Amino acid sequence: MQAFILHFNLEFWSGIRNRTLLLMHYLMPIGFYLLVGTMMAEINPFFGDQMIPAMVAFAILSAAIMGLPGPMIEAREGQVLRNYRVHGVRAATLLAIPALSTAVHIGVTALIIGMSAPLLFDAPVPASPLAFAGVTIAFTLASVGLGSLIGVLSANSRVAILWQQAIYLPSMILGGLMIPLEVLPDTFARIAHLLPATYAMQAYFGLAYGEPTPYASLYAVAILVTGAITAFALAGTLFRWDDRDGGRLHPAAGALALLPYVLGAWFLVGG
Amino acid sequence: MPKPIISVEGLRKVYHDHVAVDGIRFSVMPGEIFGLLGPNGAGKTTTLECLEGLRVGDGGRIRVNGIDPARDPGRLFKSIGVQLQVGSLPGHLRVSEATALFAAYHGVTPHPDMIAILGLDDLADTAYDKLSAGQKRRVELLLAVLHRPSIVFLDEPTAGLDVSSRNALHRIIRTLRDGGTTIVLSTHDMAEAERLADRVAIMIRGRIAVIGSPRELTSTGDGYSKVSVRTREHSILRSGTAAFSREDDYAVVFTRSPGTMVGDILQHIATHGDTLVDLRVERPSLEERFLEMVQDAQA
Repeated sequence: MQAFILHFNLEFWSGIRNRTLLLMHYLMPIGFYLLVGTMMAEINPFFGDQMIPAMVAFAILSAAIMGLPGPMIEAREGQVLRNYRVHGVRAATLLAIPALSTAVHIGVTALIIGMSAPLLFDAPVPASPLAFAGVTIAFTLASVGLGSLIGVLSANSRVAILWQQAIYLPSMILGGLMIPLEVLPDTFARIAHLLPATYAMQAYFGLAYGEPTPYASLYAVAILVTGAITAFALAGTLFRWDDRDGGRLHPAAGALALLPYVLGAWFLVGG
Repeated sequence: MPKPIISVEGLRKVYHDHVAVDGIRFSVMPGEIFGLLGPNGAGKTTTLECLEGLRVGDGGRIRVNGIDPARDPGRLFKSIGVQLQVGSLPGHLRVSEATALFAAYHGVTPHPDMIAILGLDDLADTAYDKLSAGQKRRVELLLAVLHRPSIVFLDEPTAGLDVSSRNALHRIIRTLRDGGTTIVLSTHDMAEAERLADRVAIMIRGRIAVIGSPRELTSTGDGYSKVSVRTREHSILRSGTAAFSREDDYAVVFTRSPGTMVGDILQHIATHGDTLVDLRVERPSLEERFLEMVQDAQA
C-alpha cells in the first residue's frame, strides 16, 4: 500500500511537471473556459446557464480522452511497463494509478471552474451540488475508463490520436456542451448518444439543475457507470506489457466498451 | 557439488512462424557470471525474457531459483533483479524518486553503499531523461539490485557506453559477483564476455552452438594459434610466402603447430640475415572464435 501511495503521489505531480499533461489537465480546459466564458456571453446569452456543466465536461474530456492515453502508450513503447513488471508491479496498479491521478486532476479543475464561474461570468450554481458532484464522478470514471482503454489498445500514438479525436470532437459538437441536444435532428441525437458526454450533460441538466430531460436522468448515470465498469474491465483484460505481448483477447473486443452507449441510444432516444 | 541456480531444458519459443529459441539446454551455477553471446536475432533476449518471466516459452522446462517463471512470476520477481536492454523509466522521474519507488515495491530501504558504489550520490535530484547513457545504465543497475536479489539478469548492460563508463560497470558487476550474486549477462561484445564471464554460451539462430569458459572456447574450435612476427628487414613479408598475411608491420600466420612454425620463422630470419624485433604466439580471441562459429553456421 505504501508503494501504491508513493507511486500515485509521483504520478500525480508528474501531471503538473509534464508539460503535455499540464496542458491537458489545466491550461487547455481553464484557458478554454475563460475564453468561452468571455465570448459566449455576447454570442449566446443563454450559454451562461450551462456554462459550469459544459466546461467541467470539457475538462473531463481533455484530461481523460486527450491526456491519459499518450503517457500509457509511451510507457509501453519505452519498455517502462516491462520494467515495472520485473519489479513485481501488477497490471491493475499500472492502470489504476494514472486513472486515479487523472481523476484527481479533473476534480481540481472542476472545483476551479465550479467556484469561479458564478463569480466571473454570473453562471448559475447547480440546484443540487451533490448531484452535480455525483454526475461529475460518473462521467469522469466513464471517460477515464475509455482513455485507459485507448491507451491499452492503440498500437502507437498516431492510432491513439484517431481514437481520441473520434470521441473528443463529436463530444464537443454533438454532446450538448455547445449546442443543446434538443436542436439536433433525431439521427444526430441518436449518434450523440453513442458518446458518454451526451449522457453526462443530460444528467447534469436533470439531476443537478432540475431541468426537464427527454428521459429519466438516472438512466444516463447508470449508463455512464456501466460504461466505466465495461471500459475498465476491458482495459484490464486487454492490457499488454509490451508490443509483442499478445494480450488475452483480440483487440477488437475493445469495441464492447461502446455497448452500454449503443443500448442507451437504442432504448432511450426517439423511442 | 552445488545445484544449479538456473536450469533450462529444451526451451523453445516461437513468434508466429519464426523459431526464436529452438530447444536450448544449459544451467548456471550459484555465484557465476554466465554470458549469453550471439549475433543480433540469435535468441539471447528471448531466452533472457523467458528466464525473467516476461515471456512464456512454447516448450521445455525452466527453473530459476527453484521457481517456474511462467507459473509463479510474482515470487520470481522478488528473487531476481533485471536490467532491461532498453532504458526503461519515465523521463520525468528523478533518480531519488525512482529509487524510493522501486525500493517501496520491494519493501526495502535503498542501501547507501550501493548508491555510492554506483556513483549516483550527486544525481539524486536529476530527472532520468537528463542523465547520460552511462548514468542511465548505472541507475537501471541500481534499481535491479536494490532488493539484493540472488540472481541478476543484465541485457546488453554496456551497449552504447564509452570506455570509462563500461569499465566502471564492469567493476560493479564483478563487485556484485564477489558478493555472491549470480549474474546472467547477454551481450554481443565478445571482449566484455571474455573479461567478465566465468562461462559463456554462444547462441546462433536460436540454438546454443557451444558452451564453456572463454578459455575453453578459445582453445577449441579449429585449434589454430595466431603467430605474429616482426623483423627489422621484413624478410618474411618480402619473401611472398602465401601463408603469411600482413597486419601493420607484422607477418601473421594461423597454424595448428605453433612450435614448428616458430622454429621455421627463426630459421628463416637467420638464413636471410634479418633481425627479430617481436614474436607473439596467441590463442584466437573469443571474438575470432565466435566469428569462426558464425561463419561455420552460415556455411
